[in-house]
Amino acid sequence: MTTEILLQTLASGILIGLIYALVAIGLTMIFGVMDIVNFAHGEFLMLGMYSSFWLFSLYALDPLLTLPLTVIMLFAFGVLLYRLVIVRIINAPMLSQIFTTFGIMILLRGVAQFFWKSDFRSIENSSVSGTVKLVGIQLGKPQLVAGVGAIVITGLIYFFLNRTRLGAALEATASDKEAARLMGIDSHKMFSLAWGIGAACAGAAGVLLATFFPIFPDVGANFILLAFVVVNLGGFGSVTGAFWAGILVGVIEVMGGLLLGPQYKTAIVLVLFLGVLMFRPQGLMGKA
Amino acid sequence: MKNYHFAIFTLVAALLLPAVIDSSHLNMAILVLMAAQVGVAWNMVGGYAGQVSLGHAAFYGIGAYASTLLLVKFGVNPWIGVLTGGVVAALLSLAFGWSCFRLKGHYFAMATIAVAELVQIFFTEWEYGGAAVGLYVPLDKPGWLWMSFSTKLPYYWLALGLLLLTLAANWWIERSYLGYYFRAIKDEPDAARSIGINIARYKQIALSVSAFFTAIGGSLYAQKEIYIDPNSVLSTALSIKMALVAILGGVGTLFGPVIGAVILTSIEEFTRIFFGGTGRGTDVIIYASLIIVIAVFYPTGIIGWMRSFRERRAARADASRQIAAHAASASTNNGEAA
Repeated sequence: MTTEILLQTLASGILIGLIYALVAIGLTMIFGVMDIVNFAHGEFLMLGMYSSFWLFSLYALDPLLTLPLTVIMLFAFGVLLYRLVIVRIINAPMLSQIFTTFGIMILLRGVAQFFWKSDFRSIENSSVSGTVKLVGIQLGKPQLVAGVGAIVITGLIYFFLNRTRLGAALEATASDKEAARLMGIDSHKMFSLAWGIGAACAGAAGVLLATFFPIFPDVGANFILLAFVVVNLGGFGSVTGAFWAGILVGVIEVMGGLLLGPQYKTAIVLVLFLGVLMFRPQGLMGKA
Repeated sequence: MKNYHFAIFTLVAALLLPAVIDSSHLNMAILVLMAAQVGVAWNMVGGYAGQVSLGHAAFYGIGAYASTLLLVKFGVNPWIGVLTGGVVAALLSLAFGWSCFRLKGHYFAMATIAVAELVQIFFTEWEYGGAAVGLYVPLDKPGWLWMSFSTKLPYYWLALGLLLLTLAANWWIERSYLGYYFRAIKDEPDAARSIGINIARYKQIALSVSAFFTAIGGSLYAQKEIYIDPNSVLSTALSIKMALVAILGGVGTLFGPVIGAVILTSIEEFTRIFFGGTGRGTDVIIYASLIIVIAVFYPTGIIGWMRSFRERRAARADASRQIAAHAASASTNNGEAA
């Protein structure tokens, strides 16, 4: 194996890992703020993909151009979902929480199949197609743009959480609901915000993916398990943890695929997941 | 007493059912019985002991593959294969439990998904075991001796018998010290530990018994469908369905999974028959909407809902009796005063 192949693989692992990170950040935020595992998270990503697909094929609007629009739509969708459904299961037993978000997952897949059929679709010839050669390694332009986009969005979320009053309120709710309420923070508002941002992150990841990944109703299934793994490695509720863990998972997956064959790349990630769950349940970067 | 009547009535109905329905409905009845059986098996660890496993398809698939591989490769009689599958699954549940039981709540549920997905990947890649193509159960020796039939009816009796056996095991567990330990582990783990219950051990017992019966259910599926592949007997969707059956009916109750299986299988089959033909996912939409409605509004399942309904009615009757008594005594007092 040449260094070139190794570098090439490493680079593509990092790039896809940045997308995993973005999906997982949304998931970890919802979990961190309200202790609910959202099984429908991959479907937010699916909706983001379809949104950019239709805007592209119906109005010839470039995915990158429509990214803000899709993000706003997914934000609204996340808030709506919280207000309509999730608000009713905040204090429900874990089982009914799991099955509510699981039901939403298959509902959204069914709805997508109903309106858009189960065909595989793709966005051809967007503004970011083609490849570039960077320091001797060949990279797809869509992947590169997606990776950079994911970094920018993650940076914005980091800024929001750490430098704004609203972000601080969200963090406060995540670390102690009761204390935050006593400080006058409306926890329902924070929960809506977490669902909105969570859905928007997954939607943005969907848009970035849409330029190089097939679009179909069940596409979320490819990402939800990976997102769980990332969230867990990074420590539940930790945004920076999810960012680094996303990159790590992307690299391990692609490297493992190179060494053992692509059919085992998911298995490698799952073994890693179980190992971390068993020996460091607080995550690789979490504190004991 | 009422539950006892209900059970007898249902059993008689189940025994008479094949005489009154045609073969296409008989197949649905078999599906209900098989779903109920795995639901009851799941409920032993997921309901009574409160360890929400979303990876039970691993045991189901191991049972299906064990009996089928033994039959196809070594000519072993399916009756022996079924039992072997159950024992193998119970043994493998030790590794499953060892890797997952140190986790709680969401973490446990997600770890079980990961374990089951790993098992599915293994069977998808395992050439000897048919890989992604799957395995066919040979039909050359029909009859009860080889558990192989060309008609549906014998499978109905097999499924019913297995369900009754699983229910009997569950009933016995519920009433033995095991049942008390399981519930203690679920509701008050710290208290259970403080009075000296070895929590890890009893969680494992619950899981192993559950795995044994789930695997037998898987073997029966293989014998009935005569074809298995990783997707049909090992998918996460199947794991979720097992849990869903129990949750719909009532977690941690003896007959909850049976009721849940009747409802869920009917919904699945009817939406598939009436809306499935369009190929547009209408059946999935209806199915999913019902799951959400039930999970949101009836979190304790049908049995829990009926219980709270009965309690409310009893409370209302009680209240009205008290009011009546109060009114009566008030009127007597008035009478005395007058």
